[in-house]
Amino acid sequence: MPRLAMVIDTRRCVGCGDCVVACKVENDVPLGHDRDWIVEEIRGRCPGPTLEIRSERCHHCADPPCVYCCPTGASHIHDYGGVVLVTASKCIGCKACLAACPYGARFIHPDGYADKCTFCLHRVEKGLDPACVAVCPTHCMTFGDLDDPLGPVRRLLDSRPHHALLPEAGTEPCIFYLT
Amino acid sequence: MHRRTFLKLGSGAVAGACLLGPGVRARAGSTPPKPTGEERVIPTFCDVCFWRCNALATTRGGRLWKIEGNPQDPLSRGRLCPRGTGGVGAHYDPDRLRRPLLRKGERGAETWHEVSWDEALGFVAERMQAIRAAHGPEAMALFSHGIGGTFLKHLFRAWGSPNIAAPSFAQCRGPRDVGFHLTFGEEVGSPERTDIEHARCLVLLGCHLGENMHNTQVQEFAEAVGRGTTLIVADPRFSVAASKAKYYLPIRPGTDLALLLAWMHVLIEEGAWDRAYVDAHGYGFDAFAASLAPYTPEWAWTETGIAPDVIRETAGEMGHHRPATLVHPGRHVTWYGDDAQRSRAVALLNAMLGSWGRKGGFYQPASMDVPAWPYPPYPPHRGKADNPDQRYPFALETLTTGLREATLTGKPYPLKGWFVYATNPLYALPNVDETIAAVRALDLLVVIDVVPSEIAGWADVVLPEAVYLERYDELNVELFRQPFVALRQPVVDPPDDQKSNAWIARELGLKLGLGAWFPWRDVEEYLRWRVEAAGLSWETLTSRGLILGPRTPLTYEEGVAPEFDTPSGKIEFWSNQLQEKGFDPVPRYTPPDPVPPGFFRLLYGRAPVHSFSRTQTNPLLHDIMPENAVWVHSEVAHRLGLRSGDRVRLRNQDGVESGPVAVKATCRIRPDCVYLVHGFGHTARGLRRALGRGINDALLLSRYRTDPLMGGTGLGMNFVTILPVEA
Repeated sequence: MPRLAMVIDTRRCVGCGDCVVACKVENDVPLGHDRDWIVEEIRGRCPGPTLEIRSERCHHCADPPCVYCCPTGASHIHDYGGVVLVTASKCIGCKACLAACPYGARFIHPDGYADKCTFCLHRVEKGLDPACVAVCPTHCMTFGDLDDPLGPVRRLLDSRPHHALLPEAGTEPCIFYLT
Repeated sequence: MHRRTFLKLGSGAVAGACLLGPGVRARAGSTPPKPTGEERVIPTFCDVCFWRCNALATTRGGRLWKIEGNPQDPLSRGRLCPRGTGGVGAHYDPDRLRRPLLRKGERGAETWHEVSWDEALGFVAERMQAIRAAHGPEAMALFSHGIGGTFLKHLFRAWGSPNIAAPSFAQCRGPRDVGFHLTFGEEVGSPERTDIEHARCLVLLGCHLGENMHNTQVQEFAEAVGRGTTLIVADPRFSVAASKAKYYLPIRPGTDLALLLAWMHVLIEEGAWDRAYVDAHGYGFDAFAASLAPYTPEWAWTETGIAPDVIRETAGEMGHHRPATLVHPGRHVTWYGDDAQRSRAVALLNAMLGSWGRKGGFYQPASMDVPAWPYPPYPPHRGKADNPDQRYPFALETLTTGLREATLTGKPYPLKGWFVYATNPLYALPNVDETIAAVRALDLLVVIDVVPSEIAGWADVVLPEAVYLERYDELNVELFRQPFVALRQPVVDPPDDQKSNAWIARELGLKLGLGAWFPWRDVEEYLRWRVEAAGLSWETLTSRGLILGPRTPLTYEEGVAPEFDTPSGKIEFWSNQLQEKGFDPVPRYTPPDPVPPGFFRLLYGRAPVHSFSRTQTNPLLHDIMPENAVWVHSEVAHRLGLRSGDRVRLRNQDGVESGPVAVKATCRIRPDCVYLVHGFGHTARGLRRALGRGINDALLLSRYRTDPLMGGTGLGMNFVTILPVEA
């Protein structure tokens, strides 16, 4: 059983937002909502700041508070790949998961359920990369099995400095940023 | 505060606009609904910008679903940019023009009634004949942008007018092409012949790759960054590219030429130039080298604000990595009115580094041979109206602003009718008042576009065009490192009564009695003839979207013969042709106008999700960036009592005042300038989604300085004050 993860190279990323547009088209995400988004974080003081550009989305945490807090079982860890999903028909739109998610990855779909990134499971099942990964003109995103010692994800994490977001939240996120 | 909102507060253009509260957040609604049904994939090429990436469009049940890069395509390499991906929204845009419109109120009042195509084109033909009778056929001018203008240009030439211009010359890349042409006898072209892929040192001067999303270049740029290419970026703004640089030089705006001259001075001083290359191919090098003597790094320090040791060190990097050092020529380079000479300095620096014609520098592009349709010769005409007496002797193309001036003055002869295709002169040309005055002086203004733009608001006749996904266009016979021929073909039908430019040109041509120049029944027949005349298969082209040509040598190392189409047949370090026309034979620095007290220099640029002023109503692209913000240095903002998200107005030196715009307080810009992304602040009532969102930098560009070599309009001499908006 793979553990699906994404490694994003913040050096290559130019923050163009192609991942955001591709996700919107692929997954019919309503206007005004995003399953993924761009963050430009400035560190340091003028002059000579540093800028980290990140494509962000649900971190498909291995220890996901959004799943634990869900009163109906709509939020769940999928059988395949550890992907965190929402069953729309079971969701009552109570927003407990929105409050629980440390990453702000979820929103309430206009149809009344909590929605977020699925790692494009419908594509992954066909052997394709998620839409955001497949579209990226800078090739800054790599998707694959975190547990495969010879896979591209592990190789990048073993060879480049990286960080996860809010590791202190203890959710074991599966998105990693190369620096 | 929610973490996501908090992070977006400090973030850039893409996410930055999302924090401004419900009033300005993209309105919720549905994306173009995901179609269902049988899937078909149709190849075509993109038109959201001018790069012409090849794409695969997927329909479901005959409705457009998504557009992806064509993996066979050497331009997109299978990956489109966000605008190309968002091209779906151009088809579904609810703000599109739907039927031909005839003006019924005052010009500029945006009041029309819908008419049939026959009535609209009949009206246009009648007016054109009246203009011809009174002033001759040359009194009609065409402003056109992009490959879609091909058949309209053909119509104009058949009609007898040479007055065809695109803002891409005098308001954009013209100075660069002239500067390189004067030096190497060739232009940089589009896509630029830059070999970023193999550059070991890349130098960007105000060129914000990654924010301008020229697909192939950005892909190569990301690769270069990924493999640790030495990146040197001079920009008054800490751009995305600057954030990835080994050397970021926060240059004082308008002093780029001083930096270039000092870099060349250092190369001479240290003997670091490519002596063998210059000896073999250069003309007038000694005199040129002598002219650099005064331009020491210490001198340049006072102009540019860049410390002498940084200038020396960066010049050293360039010399170390030559000839794989690429000093990028940029694209939009109409900045200060001396732009052709500055671009010439860029060309000369590249020449000193031996990068022209070399791997990691500038390659030799190739194209395939596709015969033109054997039309009858075009009728003779009395010369273009844009550049009387060759006032700008090195203008390689027609000047939009020259046509505007001829319209206003009636000299050298009157221009009485304009066609405007796929461009918006009220955004592209500086000094909007002059454009409006020219439009008022016309007997006929015809606008052909996909959305009701500001210039359409002034038109007598508005003709709705099918978007690129709904039409054929001229073949793209690409001049690139990998030559190919590509086809744009319809993926879906136009939703209403929109027509393709080819159909419009032909129908109007027939009404004007120009049938001899439109012998083909439809554009498909025309395209098929050209493809087959080139010995290529129409079926292959329609099914694959492109046909690759043979690769040819790209560099001198690979066997390209060094040839320079200059008067001396060499790389002209010293230019006698410039001297003969009374210009400096080698670039000479003049300082920019100082910033008046209390003012900031207005800079502008691109965002990766929009093209010019033409994509702001696209629902998908609007959603990711609905408006621009004015970048103000954090300390300046603090001094003015402003925080990110506060609304201000900008007022320029001539008293022109903008609408309200959000502040982005950031240390990513020098304190002496402010920055706007171009293309926002729409005022046309029909652009409902974009109306009043952000501000239009072009309105504040009331001053411009014309490049004496080639007529380009330097736009960097406008200054603004920041006025708070009362809550």
